[in-house]
Amino acid sequence: MTALLQHPGYDEEKLQRVAEQLPCREVQAGLLLSLMGEVDVKVCVASTGIKLTVFHHSLPLQLHHAAVSCVECVSVALLFERVLLSFFGCDAASLLPRSPSLSDFVRIYRQQRSQSPAKQTRYIVMEKAELLRDSDANLLPALLRLQELVGDNVTVILLSEIAWDKFRPNTGCFEPLLLHFPDYSKGELQQILSQDRHPSYSAEFYSSYIHILLGVFYSACRDLRELRHLAALNFSKFCEPVEEGKVKETDTHKLWRNIEPHLKKAMQTVYLREFSPVLWTEYQRLSAHTHVELPFYSKFLLIAAYLASYNPARTDKRFFLKHHGKIRKTNFLKKNEKTSNHLLGPKPFPLDRLLAIFYSVVDSRVAPTASIFSQISSLVTLQLLTQVSHDDQLDAPKYKCAVSLDFICAVSRTVNFDIVKYLYDFL
Amino acid sequence: MSLSLESYFIDGCEGAESSETRFKLCQNLWDKIKSDTEVLQDELNRKILDSLLDFTRKCSSARQHGDWASQMRASEIPTAALVLGVNVPDHDMTFQSLSELLHQSVTPHVGSVEAKECGALKHLMKRVLERLMDTVVDDDEEEEEETEQTSAQLHQSVHCSLSALCDWYITKTKKSSSGTPGKKRSSPAKDEQQQPPVVIIFKDFEAFNPRVLQDFILICSRYIERLPLMFIFGIATSPSTIQRMLPHSVSSLLCIELFQSLSCTQHLATVIDQLILTPRFPFKLNAKVMQVLLSIFLYHDFSVRNFIKGLQLALLEHFHSQPLSVLCCKKKEALLNVMQLSHRDLERIRQLPSFKRYVEKQESQEQVNLITDDDHLKETCRKMIKGLRKYHKNYYPILRCLHTLTSALPRYPLGKQIRELHLTCLEKNVWENEDYQSAMKLLKMLAKDELIASLCRCVEILKPVKSKKMKSTAVQLEELLAKFKQLDTVVTEMAPSVEDSITSPIKNLQKKTDLFQLQKTLLEMNETRRSKKLSPFEILRNEALEFIDSLVKSHLSPPESQTLHEVCYYSSSATVRRHLNATPRTSIQAALSSPYYYLQNENLKTEDGTVSNTAPDICIAYKLHLECGRLINLYDWLEAYATVVSAADGNDPDSDGYGKVDEVKHARFIRSVSELEFLGFIKSTKQKTDHVARLTWGGC
Repeated sequence: MTALLQHPGYDEEKLQRVAEQLPCREVQAGLLLSLMGEVDVKVCVASTGIKLTVFHHSLPLQLHHAAVSCVECVSVALLFERVLLSFFGCDAASLLPRSPSLSDFVRIYRQQRSQSPAKQTRYIVMEKAELLRDSDANLLPALLRLQELVGDNVTVILLSEIAWDKFRPNTGCFEPLLLHFPDYSKGELQQILSQDRHPSYSAEFYSSYIHILLGVFYSACRDLRELRHLAALNFSKFCEPVEEGKVKETDTHKLWRNIEPHLKKAMQTVYLREFSPVLWTEYQRLSAHTHVELPFYSKFLLIAAYLASYNPARTDKRFFLKHHGKIRKTNFLKKNEKTSNHLLGPKPFPLDRLLAIFYSVVDSRVAPTASIFSQISSLVTLQLLTQVSHDDQLDAPKYKCAVSLDFICAVSRTVNFDIVKYLYDFL
Repeated sequence: MSLSLESYFIDGCEGAESSETRFKLCQNLWDKIKSDTEVLQDELNRKILDSLLDFTRKCSSARQHGDWASQMRASEIPTAALVLGVNVPDHDMTFQSLSELLHQSVTPHVGSVEAKECGALKHLMKRVLERLMDTVVDDDEEEEEETEQTSAQLHQSVHCSLSALCDWYITKTKKSSSGTPGKKRSSPAKDEQQQPPVVIIFKDFEAFNPRVLQDFILICSRYIERLPLMFIFGIATSPSTIQRMLPHSVSSLLCIELFQSLSCTQHLATVIDQLILTPRFPFKLNAKVMQVLLSIFLYHDFSVRNFIKGLQLALLEHFHSQPLSVLCCKKKEALLNVMQLSHRDLERIRQLPSFKRYVEKQESQEQVNLITDDDHLKETCRKMIKGLRKYHKNYYPILRCLHTLTSALPRYPLGKQIRELHLTCLEKNVWENEDYQSAMKLLKMLAKDELIASLCRCVEILKPVKSKKMKSTAVQLEELLAKFKQLDTVVTEMAPSVEDSITSPIKNLQKKTDLFQLQKTLLEMNETRRSKKLSPFEILRNEALEFIDSLVKSHLSPPESQTLHEVCYYSSSATVRRHLNATPRTSIQAALSSPYYYLQNENLKTEDGTVSNTAPDICIAYKLHLECGRLINLYDWLEAYATVVSAADGNDPDSDGYGKVDEVKHARFIRSVSELEFLGFIKSTKQKTDHVARLTWGGC
């Protein structure tokens, strides 16, 4: 294992430690190290690497590095400041003028570099580098040729989960070295997950648990973080029979039979993260509770919004007018409307139409009070409706209904309104 | 401060001479109601808040001396999803008490943020730092001039990052731990306090910009190893919102636990139970006002806070507009106040409809006395006040009894909630109600154990009431219950004979097969069943129900039947509705189409649907625009306007200048058009340059 990680430039012991921290990434780590060690190599992009923290671990080997998360740097100023701070200390960072430009950064960098020349390569590691494409147009190209600009032994490492092609700048670009981190295979996952074994159980026991776990979840989920979460969540259930003394640790078959239904149930909630072990049983109770209670008129407003979103405006007359004459579906069926409106998703509708439908579906006479209108905006904040057009109230605001058919059916059932009868798709 | 409040109250107050007393009474009463509701709300929230506190404690202790499982999940941010229901206005109070409790018992580092102040990540970060560190980002003025130029801006943004918070936290905890080095090892509780969690409360989760939230969580997770962060999400709809707003890459950084709060309808039921259905507060709402407040709650906002605000409004209005509300207070005070009533107040009493009804029922001599002798009237008033008090004392227990009896019946003839029953009782004599009759019929079919159980509950309700009548009623009910229990032995002896009487016609039936005979026997059977001798249980049941019925008839009469009820009951539902459920659009339209309604100028009085030509310009322009379609030609509109206005000027229709547009008219027209635009009736359109578009629908 460590054989791959041998490298002349580095301390054996440190290498050993890194290797332990990075199971199943020996090849990539070795390549990276060789690239870093060889010359002052430039940029390397790790795309679709699942475990990007690799770099966090591999970098303690080096002395000079600045780890920056592009999410955190809301402005370039923050980015520059971080870099200068970790390379030259806070004095350098305070030299930056307010709202600094790239050239300010380069100037100060050069100035500082001459004062404290690098004995080693300096590394700038940027996480979530794809976010750089949204910042200033010159930033990414400049970072790619930073070495030329500042004339220092510096390397920029960009970490990203999306392919380099997708955020490659058009001009002035200096092609980086790409280093691809492939997905973990099942075997690798098994190996990694088995590492964090429970201290009071044997390694084999835990490893067999992980085997079972992967057998159930691997088809649905390959995210290491999620799998680790699931492993932690279900382990206590797994060792229950062992603790009670019913089953021996080695009796995998019995253990499997014990845990399997439990894991199957957990499968339903994978990725949800919505419970901790204590709430395991309570979760069922709560999921029954997930319906939303709304005031009476809000329910009708939502129903009206749903109808307005999924029925073509032409058909309103047929649904909401008492004497609409004889209009059959075949008569007013247009060619492009043959596909279900529900497949196409909600369509925007103006406020007027919403209110017109509202007044015709609600039984009693409702005064157009301020609270009716404020209910519409609270529905928007609750994200049951979404406002499509801009905020100007004078400009006939448009909305979309953002709830599912199941949801609206449940809501209309509580007010004894048969919504299916009013939906064009189900005519 | 209170002085100014008082002067507001007295200003324009009916019956100014007693206004100060009324103000004091009103304020005292409101203070009491307010503190009571606060206690109540704390009580209601206790359970969920306690479990939340436990959760935070558990998380922070697990972090510090963690077992295997919590170590495995050390990189996840513990998150509590607090599902609070859609009554957003009520949440504030919950969050306030939550953060106070957290502050007291778990951690000093609690910060809460709202969506409206966190439009961008920068702002969210700034707010979080401000709330947690209290001072550091201390530039409130700067917030307004949030341009990037100010020199301090840079300085601030330097500090506006989580690493600053992290540093601050480390120094803070170090300081406190070095402060008590001796005690550090002595108690584990102290040890726990070394690393108090940093709790961030997102008050309205749905309203946050998902992008901002995602970024914030991503950043936080980078610091979780150094900074024991913890989130609380206030969710109004359902927990699935979390999945909708956060992609899996973000939600996998969290470890979410769900907490469900009491539903708002239950909350309201408790509030009504404690505030309305009690003789403790002399102030009462009549049926219509109650109905308005309830419908606002059920139909519009589900907000308990607004309900209580409505109650407050009614309270204020009552004391403000009803001079006799000096008598709306505790018994002793009220009796005192009666003696101090002025002649004018007494005249007011004589004018009360309920008092008039009372007088009519009296002997002629007594009538004269009541009308002419002030002292005699005062004496009678004292009696009436006492009577009213007694009525309230008996009304609520009996109401509760009736509710316990009927709320278990199928299809709830008298309503599922006690408030519905209360409303029916307030409106009219409940025993004349059809639903009441059917409820009684159903009660007459109740099985023994059910009846006994509900009667037992009634006794429990009646027992603690401090009233002689209720005490004796409780005793009577207990006697009835004892009789029911005695029946057990008796019934078993009686049973066979009863069976005999039923089975005999059936035996006959088996012998004869003739159709006519069959019909006859069936009719006979029906007859016998109806006239069948009642079993002792049935007799007793009827007795019990008749007793209940008599209780209802004597105590649950509507308040309108009580003399002087006007003193305690607020009845102006229209005022409440106008204030709480405003219709701005209708009033603007009313103002524009019939200006007389607001301006009260005789010249403006017109027939239905027309506008006088002397009306304000905007009214004329409005009226004319109603006659147009979706697009309005400005020039035509101006012409029409000029014609109408010329008529108002009294020009001769045949003269040359009639209907001509001069500069003044033009200016007046333009002004009214822009006023209409401001009010949102029209807007300019790009479809045709000389046209404006109508924004309201509905023809003229």
